[in-house]
Amino acid sequence: MSKKNDRIFVKGNEAIARGALAAKCKCFFGYPITPQNDIPEYMSSEIIKAGGDFVQAESEVAAANMLLGAGASGVRAMTSSSSPGIALKQEAISYMAGSEIPAVIVNMNRGGPGLGDIGPAQGDYYQSTRGGGHGDYRHFTFGPGTVQEAYDLTIKAFDIAFKQRTPVLILGDAILGQMKEPITPWLPENIDEEAGRDWAVTGRTGGREKRLVKSLFLEEGALAEQNRHLQAKYDSWKSMTEAEQFETEDADLILCAYGSIGRIAKSAVRKFRKDGKKVGLFRPITLYPFPSDELKELAEQGKRFLTIEHNLGQMLDDVRLAIRTVADSDFYPIYPGNLPTPDELEEPILKCLEGK
Amino acid sequence: MSEMNEKLVFDRPDSVIDRPTHYCPGCHHGIAHRLVGELLDEMDLTEKTLMVTSIGCSVFLYNYLNADAVEAPHGRAPAVATGVKRARPDSFVFTYQGDGDLASIGMAEIMHAANRGEKMSVVFVNNTVYGMTGGQMAPTTMIGQVTTTTPAGRCQTHEGAPIRMTEIIASLGGTAFAARGALNTVANIKKSRKYLKKAFEFQLNGTGFGFVELLSGCPTNWKMTALAANERIKDEMIPYFPLGVYKDVSEEGGVC
Repeated sequence: MSKKNDRIFVKGNEAIARGALAAKCKCFFGYPITPQNDIPEYMSSEIIKAGGDFVQAESEVAAANMLLGAGASGVRAMTSSSSPGIALKQEAISYMAGSEIPAVIVNMNRGGPGLGDIGPAQGDYYQSTRGGGHGDYRHFTFGPGTVQEAYDLTIKAFDIAFKQRTPVLILGDAILGQMKEPITPWLPENIDEEAGRDWAVTGRTGGREKRLVKSLFLEEGALAEQNRHLQAKYDSWKSMTEAEQFETEDADLILCAYGSIGRIAKSAVRKFRKDGKKVGLFRPITLYPFPSDELKELAEQGKRFLTIEHNLGQMLDDVRLAIRTVADSDFYPIYPGNLPTPDELEEPILKCLEGK
Repeated sequence: MSEMNEKLVFDRPDSVIDRPTHYCPGCHHGIAHRLVGELLDEMDLTEKTLMVTSIGCSVFLYNYLNADAVEAPHGRAPAVATGVKRARPDSFVFTYQGDGDLASIGMAEIMHAANRGEKMSVVFVNNTVYGMTGGQMAPTTMIGQVTTTTPAGRCQTHEGAPIRMTEIIASLGGTAFAARGALNTVANIKKSRKYLKKAFEFQLNGTGFGFVELLSGCPTNWKMTALAANERIKDEMIPYFPLGVYKDVSEEGGVC
C-alpha cells in the first residue's frame, strides 16, 4: 500500500501525460481539441523540462506524421487527440502499422458522428479496434477505467509499442480525461531507450548498412508476405489480453462494459450485490486484442450477459463473437451526449435479471 | 596514352548506389539525385543523413542514395521530417518532393515546417505535372498545358494559376534560404548544386529551413523528346518561374 504523501490528485488527462514522461517519452506532437487539451498543455512545458521536445502541429494530420517520423527514428513519442482529430490521424496510423513504427496515440473519445459534442462517448470503439485507416491492420488498444489505470497503461503502452513495433492506442473519454482522482505515480525501471531499435532510422554511423522504414511493397508477393507477417504478429497478441472481473464467480448476470462505463457499471454491481442480487462485471482492459477466451469461460458456466456501452452497439460485436457458440448478450445503449449514472443502469439490469 | 597516365575527372559519388534508375529517359530526377549524392559525399554527411522520401516517381530515392530513409505519406514529408529532426536533432534531414506532393496535398505541411524554421532541407522537384499517376494536372502546371485532367489545356479561370512555391516559402519567417534552379543546362545544374549546398549549410549551422526548387523535365508526360523538354524549361517555365535566390538570411542579417 502506498503512503498517502506519495499520492497526487490529478485529472485523467494529466495522468496520461505524467505516465508518458515516466516512460521516457521524448517527443510530443499535438493539436488542440476538446476534451484532451490538458495533455498537450502539460507536455508543452514538462517534456521540455525533461529534455524532450514539443511541437504544436498545424493539424492533426501533421501531428500524426511527426509522430511517424519520431517513431521511425526509434525515439519514444506520443500524440493525443479526440474523435474528429483521431479520424484525421488515421492516415499516418495506417502507415505506421504498415511500416511497423512504434508510437503511442491517445484518443479521449467525444460524442459523434461529425462534430457531435464535446461530452463523453464510446463511439470510436470500431475505429479503435478494427484499424481505423486503410488496409488490413490492427493495433494494440487499451481502455483504461480509472485515472491510476490511465497512468499505468500509458507506461505499458510504450513498452508494447517498442517490443511489438506497433502503434498503441489508449482509448479514454471525456469522463476519464476530466475526472480528478488520487493516484500513486511510479517510475518504471531500466528503460533502455536504445534497445530493440536495430531497425530504426538513426544514420549510418560507423558505416553500417543503410536502413529503410517503409510500407511500400511492390515486388511480386512482397505485400502478401508483409501482411502475413503482420497478421501473425497480431495473432500472437492473443496471450496479452487483460480484463477485470468483479463479482463474476457466482453471478447470474454479467455486465460487459469498458472504460468509464465499466466503472459506472461497477457501482451498479455493488448496489445490486447489497440487495443480494447476483450481478457481476466483466471489464475488458485490452480492447484489441479482446479478452475473448476469458469471456467465453464465463459463458460456458451458464452466465447471462448484458453489454452496456456509451454508443449504439460496437463492443457488443466482440462480446457476441467471443460467446457465440454458447450464449448471447443483451444490450443497453447509452446515447452519446448524456452522462450516465449508476442509477440509470438499474432498470435495464433489473429487466435482464427478471427476464429469465 | 597509357591507362596509368589517365586522370579520372568524373566518377560516381559513394553516396549514390551503383544501380540503374527506374526513371524514364530524359527525366531529371537522376541529375537531382546525383547532385544530392555529390553533396552528401563532399560535406561528409552520409552517416548522419536521415532521408524522408515522399510519394510519386521519386519515392524510390532510397534505392539510389546510400543513407537511412523513412517513407512519408502523400505530402506529409515535411511533417515526418519535423518528427525525425526533433527526435534526432544531430542528424542531417532532408525531404525530396515533387510538385503534386509538395504544392498540392502537402501545402499545409511545407508552409508550416518552413514557418517554424525547422532545421531541415527540402529538395523540391517541379516538372509541372503528376508523373507517377500518369500525367494529371499539378498545382504548377502552366496555363495552356495539356494534361490528362486538363485536356483542353490549363485555364486560369477554371483551374487557377500555377503556384510559385519558392516565392511563397521565401516569404515565411522561418525560412533561412529559398532558391530556384533548373536542370535543363549544365550552367543551371551547376547553379542548382550551389543552391543545394547553401540550403544544406543552413541546416548544419542551425540557422533555419532551406528550400531549393529544381525546374525539371518530364518528357514522357509532356510527350516530348528529352531535348525538346529542356527547351520547354527555358522557353516556358523559366519566364514564369524565374531562377535565383529568393531568400538568404546570411545576406539579410539572420532570423531569430
